[in-house]
Amino acid sequence: MIGPDPAELFRQEAQELLEQLEQSLLDLSDRQQDQDLIDSTFRALHTIKGSGSMFGFEAVAAFTHYVETAFDLVRKGTVPLTVEMVTIALAAKDHIRNLIENPSSVIEEQGGDILARLERAVDVASNGTQSASAVHSDAGVIESGNEQPSSTAATKPAANRTAWHIRMRLPKDCMATGTNPLLLLDELAGLGEARIVALSDAVPSLEALDPFECHIGWDIHLVTERSKAAIEDVFLFVLDEMELSIEPVAGETQTAVEEASTVPQKEESVSASPKVAEQAAATPAAPAAVVAAKPTATPRGEAGAAKSEPAQGKGGAAGSIRVPAERLDELMDRVGELVIAQSRLKQVAASTTDIQVKAIAEEIERLALELRDTTMGVRMVPIASLFGRFRRLVHDLANELGKEITLTTSGEETELDKTVIERLNDPLIHLIRNSIDHGLESAQQRQDAGKQPQGNIHLSAKHTGDKVLISISDDGRGLDRNRIQAKAEENGLLAPGTKLSDSELFQVIFQPGFSTAQQVTNLSGRGVGMDVVKRTIEALRGNIEITSTPGQGTTITLRLPLTLAIIDGLLVRVGTGRYVIPLSAVEECVELPSVEEQRSRGRNFLNIRGDLVPFLRLREMFATQQPPDQFQKVVIVSSGDTRVGLVVDQVIGDHQTVIKSLSKLHAKVGTFSGATILGDGTVALILEIAHLVARGQQRDERLRAAS
Amino acid sequence: MSKTILSVDDSASVRQMVKLTLTGAGYQVIQANDGSEGLAKAKTSQVDMVMTDLNMPIMNGLALIKELRQLPAYKGVPILFLTTESDAQLKAEAKAAGATGWITKPFQQEQLIAVIKKVLGA
Repeated sequence: MIGPDPAELFRQEAQELLEQLEQSLLDLSDRQQDQDLIDSTFRALHTIKGSGSMFGFEAVAAFTHYVETAFDLVRKGTVPLTVEMVTIALAAKDHIRNLIENPSSVIEEQGGDILARLERAVDVASNGTQSASAVHSDAGVIESGNEQPSSTAATKPAANRTAWHIRMRLPKDCMATGTNPLLLLDELAGLGEARIVALSDAVPSLEALDPFECHIGWDIHLVTERSKAAIEDVFLFVLDEMELSIEPVAGETQTAVEEASTVPQKEESVSASPKVAEQAAATPAAPAAVVAAKPTATPRGEAGAAKSEPAQGKGGAAGSIRVPAERLDELMDRVGELVIAQSRLKQVAASTTDIQVKAIAEEIERLALELRDTTMGVRMVPIASLFGRFRRLVHDLANELGKEITLTTSGEETELDKTVIERLNDPLIHLIRNSIDHGLESAQQRQDAGKQPQGNIHLSAKHTGDKVLISISDDGRGLDRNRIQAKAEENGLLAPGTKLSDSELFQVIFQPGFSTAQQVTNLSGRGVGMDVVKRTIEALRGNIEITSTPGQGTTITLRLPLTLAIIDGLLVRVGTGRYVIPLSAVEECVELPSVEEQRSRGRNFLNIRGDLVPFLRLREMFATQQPPDQFQKVVIVSSGDTRVGLVVDQVIGDHQTVIKSLSKLHAKVGTFSGATILGDGTVALILEIAHLVARGQQRDERLRAAS
Repeated sequence: MSKTILSVDDSASVRQMVKLTLTGAGYQVIQANDGSEGLAKAKTSQVDMVMTDLNMPIMNGLALIKELRQLPAYKGVPILFLTTESDAQLKAEAKAAGATGWITKPFQQEQLIAVIKKVLGA
C-alpha cells in the first residue's frame, strides 16, 4: 500500500511540530531554566529542519537551522535563555509556518531580520563570552554540507587503472556491531579486479576463540580505476577503528597522480555506492571469511522469541493513525444511516412472530448502537488543542496592551466533538479578547483597587451530563450594570426604566450593535462581534451565560452539546405530523388541564408550581387541520433561564436522532433546526428551541404590555 | 526472501519516505516512532536491520542501540542511525553504543539504498 505523499505528510507534521514548539516556547517564557522544555524546543526545531530539507523545503531548513543552532547553544548550557530570545523564537516560528504554508508570500528580509535579532539576543545573553557569530559560522558549515554535490566519481573509461596493495584488520568487535566483513570484501572486489588473501596469524586457539570476534586480517591486491578515496569509502563505518593501509603498487600505477587528486569525499556523503560484485565468492579469501562470518548467522529467530517480553505499555499509546476529517464525517453519516435502517428493522421485527428474525434484529440493534458510540468517540478531541492556541493570543495581547496577564487553564482533557471545537475557535478568541481588553484593568488601576498588578484569565472546561461547560473567567472590574442599562436604553434595545435581573441584562451585550467600550482599541472591532458569538454558540445548540461581580470579575460560561451529529430527542405528535424536541431542553411534560384550556384561551399562561409559564400551541403555529386530541400535553422546554411550554397532541417517547440538516432552501426557517428519519421511513422535523422560547417570551411581553 | 528493516523515527514524514524508498527496493519495513516502541517491535519480530533516528522523545536512539545490543538476537544485526549532525562526538557515541554505521540527513533515496546494501548485502 502506498501512503500519502510524504511532502504533504511533512506539512501536516510540521504544523503539529510548530504548535508543539509554540507551547514549549510559551512555557519557556515563564520557566527559562526548564531543561525538558529546552530539549523539546530543540527537538522540534531539529525535526523541522531535518525533514524540511529532505522534502525539498530548503528555505525552511536553512532558516530553521539558525534558530536550532541558537537553541543548541542554550541546550548545551553555553548561552542562558532569555525572554527576548523566546519572543524572537516565537516570531521565527511564525516565519517558518509561512515558509511552509505560503512560501510565495514570504518577504525574505523578514527572515533575515528575525535571525539578526536572534543573533543579537544570543550575543547579549552570552554576555560576550560566546560570540553570536557561532550561530552563523556553524550554520555555514552545515549548509555547505547540504549543498555538497555528491562527488561520486563518474565511472571513467577503463584506461586509467591503478593497482593498490591494501592491508586491513577490522576491529575485533566489528561483527558484534553489525558489520559483515564479507560484505566489505564483496564491495571492495566490486571496485575492480581483486585478489584477496586472508591473514590468519592472529586467530587464537580454539578454546580462546570468541566466535563473535573477528581475528582475521586481509591482504588485497586491487586493480581499479577508482580513487583511493573510493576505496577508503568502502570502510566508511569502520575507518576510525580499523587498521588500514592503502598503497599504490609501484610499476603498476598508470595514472595514479591524476586519481589521487580527486577531491576526497567527506564522511557525510555516503553516495559512493559501488556495485557489489556477484562473483565475490570466487575470491581466495572467501573460505576464511565464511568461517569468520558464520557466527553472525546464529539462530536469532529462536533466541529472539525466547527472550521476547511483553511489549511495553508505551508502545500501545503510540499506535495512532491519522485520518482525514472528511472520512470521519463520512463514517458518521454512514453510521447514521445504519441506525435509521436498524430502527426500521426493529419495527418490522416487532410485528413478526419469527423468533429468529427477532433475535437477529436485537443483535443488530446492539451492534449498531455500539458502533455509533464508538464512531462518536473517534470524533472526540480533547479541548487542550483549542486552549493551547489561546496562550499565544494572551501572550501577544498582554504585550500589545502592556498588561500583565496570567492565563491558567483547567480541564484540558475534556473531550468534545471535533466540529464543535473547530467552530468554537472564533467565538472564544473574541470572548478572551473582550475579557483582556475590557475586563482586566491596567496594572495601575488594579493596584489602586488593592489587587495584584497582574490580571488573571482562567479557561476551564468540564462535562456535565451530555453538555460541556466552557468558561472564561477574569478577575477584572466586572460588568457595569448601570452603564449597560444606560447604553441599551440609548440604543433603543431596552425600554427606559425596564427592570431586569443581572443575567437578563447581561444578555443585552449580545445584541447586535451594542458596545460600551469607551474607546475602540486595536483589538476590539476586529473580527466578530458579541452578537456573532452568541449566534455561533446557538448554532452549535449551546447557550451563553454571564455572571459578574463588580470589582471582582466576570465569568462567561458556554454550555455546549458533546456532539452535533446525534441528539437525544423527545418525539411528539401534533396533528398528524411528528416532531423531535431536543431532550436536553426538555424540563418536564404535563397535561394541559381542560379547565386551563378553556380559561386560558387568549392568555396562554400555565401555572407550574406557582410560576407562570407562557405556552405556545404548536397546532396553531403549524396550522394543523385535524381535530385536537382530547387531552393535550405540554412539554416545558427551557433555554437559558427562560421557560416556555409547547402544547402538543401526544408525547410519543424518547428517540435517538441522527440530525440531517435542512436544504439551503429552508435555511431561513427558524422554527426547525433540522430533520430526521424515523423508523418507519417518515421524516420528522426537529424543533429549534431557542427560537420557540424567544417567541414565547415575545408573546409574554406583549401580553404583559397589554394587560 | 526479502529482508526486514525496522525503521525507528519520530517524524512521520521521514518514516513515510523511508518506507516508500525501502519497499520500493524490495525490503519489508516495520515502523516505530520512538525508541521504546522500536525495542518492543524488535523483540517481537525478526529484523535483519535496524535504522533509527537518534534524537527522539521517550527513548532516544542511543539508548535503543544499547538495549538492542544486549539482546542475543541483535548481536551482529546491522544498526544504522540517522543523523543530521556532522557531530563527530555523537557519531563516536553511537558507534560505541554498538551502531554499525550512519546515514546523514538529508539523504537521497539512492543514497539510502546504497548504505543499506553496504551493510546488509545486495
